[in-house]
Amino acid sequence: MEAGEAKSKKAGGSRLCCICNQRRPVLKRPKTLQQICRECFYEVFEEEIHQVIVGNRLFKSGERVAIGASGGKDSTVLAYVLSELNRRHNYGLDLFLLSIDEGITGYRDDSLETVKRNEVQYGLPLQIVSYKDLYGWTMDEIVKMIGLKNNCTFCGVFRRQALDRGAALLKVDKLVTGHNADDIAETVLLNILRGDIARLSRCTSITTGEDGPIPRCKPFKYTYEKEIVMYAYFKKLDYFSTECIYSPNAYRGFAREFIKDLERLRPRAILDIIKSGEDFRIATTTKMPEQGTCERCGYISSQKWCKACVLLEGLNRGLPKMGIGRPRGSGNDQKDTKARSTAKSIESKQCGSLEF
Amino acid sequence: MCLFSCCSMIDLRRIMCRGGLELLCDSEKIHKVNVDLPNGAESDDFTMKHLLSWVRTNLIKERPEMFMKGDTVRPGVLVLVNDCDWELSGQLDTRIEEKDVIVFISTLHGG
Repeated sequence: MEAGEAKSKKAGGSRLCCICNQRRPVLKRPKTLQQICRECFYEVFEEEIHQVIVGNRLFKSGERVAIGASGGKDSTVLAYVLSELNRRHNYGLDLFLLSIDEGITGYRDDSLETVKRNEVQYGLPLQIVSYKDLYGWTMDEIVKMIGLKNNCTFCGVFRRQALDRGAALLKVDKLVTGHNADDIAETVLLNILRGDIARLSRCTSITTGEDGPIPRCKPFKYTYEKEIVMYAYFKKLDYFSTECIYSPNAYRGFAREFIKDLERLRPRAILDIIKSGEDFRIATTTKMPEQGTCERCGYISSQKWCKACVLLEGLNRGLPKMGIGRPRGSGNDQKDTKARSTAKSIESKQCGSLEF
Repeated sequence: MCLFSCCSMIDLRRIMCRGGLELLCDSEKIHKVNVDLPNGAESDDFTMKHLLSWVRTNLIKERPEMFMKGDTVRPGVLVLVNDCDWELSGQLDTRIEEKDVIVFISTLHGG
């Protein structure tokens, strides 16, 4: 038996790529279970994303677009593919890289180095915005104060605002993030597990925040994480890959574990969960929060103060539980009215009971 | 060309750990290894299943649960044998041969 034949016998036998029927397959697509070769993989991967962009009318020609770039696999591949598609299909976009420095030593400083390399590799101008500058607190300082629970709550809330501020600095029209199909399926599950109906109704939208400061969209909404990683591997794209040191305690980890187990049994489950999420309809009798603006900073908020302001207030006053946790019972309306009272009565409330 | 039929070990060109997995192997991304075959086993029988067990014992220095779950890799860890998705070659039943290159990539981190 010749060595070459032996090797190809192992790699799916004498089967050839499902699409071109010429080359040796290197990947089994979770989405379709097709066995495809490298070149066909690049083509379908890029073409599908192009179709998502065009089909959902994500961009308009001439727009300035910031790519939320962390140096991780999703944002690096996003920057690469978006610049490529922008060129190939003449989207006419002005692309930028926007990075947030949360101040997590040993994690963020390393990944920022990757984004700086991406800036050079892809020729996209980079803007970095830091929590320290925006809020006066780094994540390391925050964790020192609040301990190892609820870290992601603070970071996620602060990052969302930080991206908007960064986008405003760059004067961009739109923000894109690298959230992939696995992420969105996890989020749908997470919101179900928590009974967060408001978020459940929004989390599968491919574009959000159109009525806010900066709309943001997710071109990778239907793209599997496995394919993003394989694309980056085969194309030898430079990305940073370490888990945030504070994330092992995040609740999302459970949803992620579950999704990964599901994917193993039935890979289509990921897209099907997203479809279920898209087709949810909220009962008309369910009370939904109304959108207004934060009294303190003017950011969009469904409460008197936006979440970032509540959390910051807690930090600055040494009340780490402020803004964390859920109200007991169903008296949401009553809590709202109570919360609309003066700062004095906020102070007099017990830690942890302030959640609206 | 079964050159190795008389040997009791398999010489792999390299095993690579990517996507953060290298942290479990003393931060070494690339390992050149010779794997001793289990007693009495023919080199023809050496599969990914055996290799995984070998890797867990010999290369993973900490937190093995990040790499494996039961007999197989933890969901979210991709496996490539000679740059091919192991799903194409039967996953755990993939036969491992002389000079093979194995790559493990973890996808379980922020993007």
